[in-house]
Amino acid sequence: MPQHSVWTELARRRYLTSTAPWRSGAYLLGGALLGALTLVVGLALTAVGAALTLVLVGLPLLAALPLTGIPVAALERRRLLLVDPAPAPSPHRTPKAPGIPAWFRLRLKEQATWRELAYTVLFALVLWLLDLTVLACTVAFPALLVAAPAHLAAVGGPGNGIRPAKLWLVDAYPAAGATALLGLALLLVLAHPLGAYAAARAVFARLLLSPRDSELAAGLAEVTRSRARLVDAFEAERRRIERDLHDGAQQRLVALTMSLGLARLDAAPGSALADRLATAHDEAGRVLAELRELIHGIHPQVLADYGLAAAIEDVADRCPVPVETAGVRLPRLPETVESAGYFAVREALANVGKHSGATRVRITAAHTDGALRVDVCDDGRGGADPDRGTGLTGLADRLAVLDGTLTVTSPQGGPTTLSVEIPCEPQAQSAREA
Amino acid sequence: MRTPSPVRPRSLRVVLAEDSVLLREGLIGVLGRFGHETVAAVGDADALRDAVSAYEPDIVVTDVRMPPGFQDEGLRAAVALRAERPTLPVLVLSQYVQRSYAAELLDTGDGTGVGYLLKDRVGQVEQFVEGLVRVAEGGTVVDPEVVRQLLRRRRDPLGLLTPREREVLALVAEGRSNAAIADELVISEAAVGKHIGNVLGKLNLPPAAGTHRRVLAVLAYLRG
Repeated sequence: MPQHSVWTELARRRYLTSTAPWRSGAYLLGGALLGALTLVVGLALTAVGAALTLVLVGLPLLAALPLTGIPVAALERRRLLLVDPAPAPSPHRTPKAPGIPAWFRLRLKEQATWRELAYTVLFALVLWLLDLTVLACTVAFPALLVAAPAHLAAVGGPGNGIRPAKLWLVDAYPAAGATALLGLALLLVLAHPLGAYAAARAVFARLLLSPRDSELAAGLAEVTRSRARLVDAFEAERRRIERDLHDGAQQRLVALTMSLGLARLDAAPGSALADRLATAHDEAGRVLAELRELIHGIHPQVLADYGLAAAIEDVADRCPVPVETAGVRLPRLPETVESAGYFAVREALANVGKHSGATRVRITAAHTDGALRVDVCDDGRGGADPDRGTGLTGLADRLAVLDGTLTVTSPQGGPTTLSVEIPCEPQAQSAREA
Repeated sequence: MRTPSPVRPRSLRVVLAEDSVLLREGLIGVLGRFGHETVAAVGDADALRDAVSAYEPDIVVTDVRMPPGFQDEGLRAAVALRAERPTLPVLVLSQYVQRSYAAELLDTGDGTGVGYLLKDRVGQVEQFVEGLVRVAEGGTVVDPEVVRQLLRRRRDPLGLLTPREREVLALVAEGRSNAAIADELVISEAAVGKHIGNVLGKLNLPPAAGTHRRVLAVLAYLRG
């Protein structure tokens, strides 16, 4: 993979020793061959289409003609890399619906398709000829001069006389050698215009074939949307797992402990059986407790039922460090916001418990100026680095999907404040609470 | 104690709401084993209300999460039932330890004759049935797990309480009588009374007619 574009190489002293002249030559040679081929194929398609129009079969063929620019452009974008390693992405969007008709409709609607068609027409009629001419002038002509001694030898040696490039008569080896030297000098001198033309040619191709700003923005918007969809899907999956565990394993375990509890009543007190049953009963109880914690960690039900404020109280209850939550006043917020806020607080408190050495935590949360703002402050030793904690990074990603922000201020010696801000509007009160 | 108590105070008529067939059958079995009769076993909140109207039971036992929404329909139904019939004893079984659920339930009626237990407790069949009877008799039962979580998080005015007083309050929240608390802590009943008096004093709950100060203390405890 070449490190620099031909354009940058041109400005350097070591241009001639770099691969740039070779790459320029290869680019133009490819252009000449491909352009000629495009012309032939294009003419053939048009001719066949026009001829078949008489029997109507040709009509769809002609209709597809504007799309011929697409494969040519794709190939040209790849060839661009020869002279300019900067990526040349496709300006086309991915069709939302599967199937050929949807693809056709989208492509015919896109401006990029028509730009590509214009390029292809230009390529087939003009550009490849230009490429060929430049190549002939800057490479073929000096090459012919360089080849003079060999040419002379091929025609039978001195006396027979040749006209390299049809310029002058050469009939002796010294003259042929001089001609070859001249050719070599020309080759070196003309390598610069060759590179310049190739670079300019690439800029022109890129202009027509790479995405415009608006197309890039559309692509970015699509990426943002798809990320939001992924987060939603992740959230839905969480709930599904929670529900499955709750309705399946947990219920069965409760039923099992009930059966074991009843069995213990029937076993003779102090017997070996009673002891075994007691062990099994305790073990089942422990599994149940672990499962309950697990399910709660996946998605706490209180979040759905009572909202973020109650869920914060709930995490606070579970935190080993005393947490003050008097400053938490919140309306019901959109589900995704409540969920993101909850996991932020949980992560913050987990960090407090693990690293801070804090003795008190204060959580404040409010919805003001169209945004949810949650602050978790502890009196620990500080020095928390949001770049190091994978939990915090994941959290920031999660918030970014909602256009939210995560700020951590944690000077050495504390205190540490973790702030979350998510723009959102309060949810209309549900009928239940009204 | 491995066998059901031979002195059965009375057989309770229970309406049970639980959507899992497995648990419903199990609970009916447990209740039956201790001589209580399940007069109706239903699978959703609407059916629960109908069953209560139809059977006028001694106590309602309900799950929190039930169809159709699988959120807190059972708890909602319990709160609604208590609004209509403030003296109807209700025991709510929850899959989660959640203070919000317990607090909402205790806010209904005068806070007596309600229970909020973790579903895990039904495995401890004897304790579970004891709790049920206590609720049916007008007691208040809050799951020890909820109590434990609250204890872990020391907040005012509970911060004023001595460890012993907190211990006593936790047992009050679990619905124990003074005698039972004295037994548990191996102290005299008079000492229990004194501790409870101190707790009520520190929580600023002066004696007044028509209020259940013990319940208020538990509520103060839950709300923090």
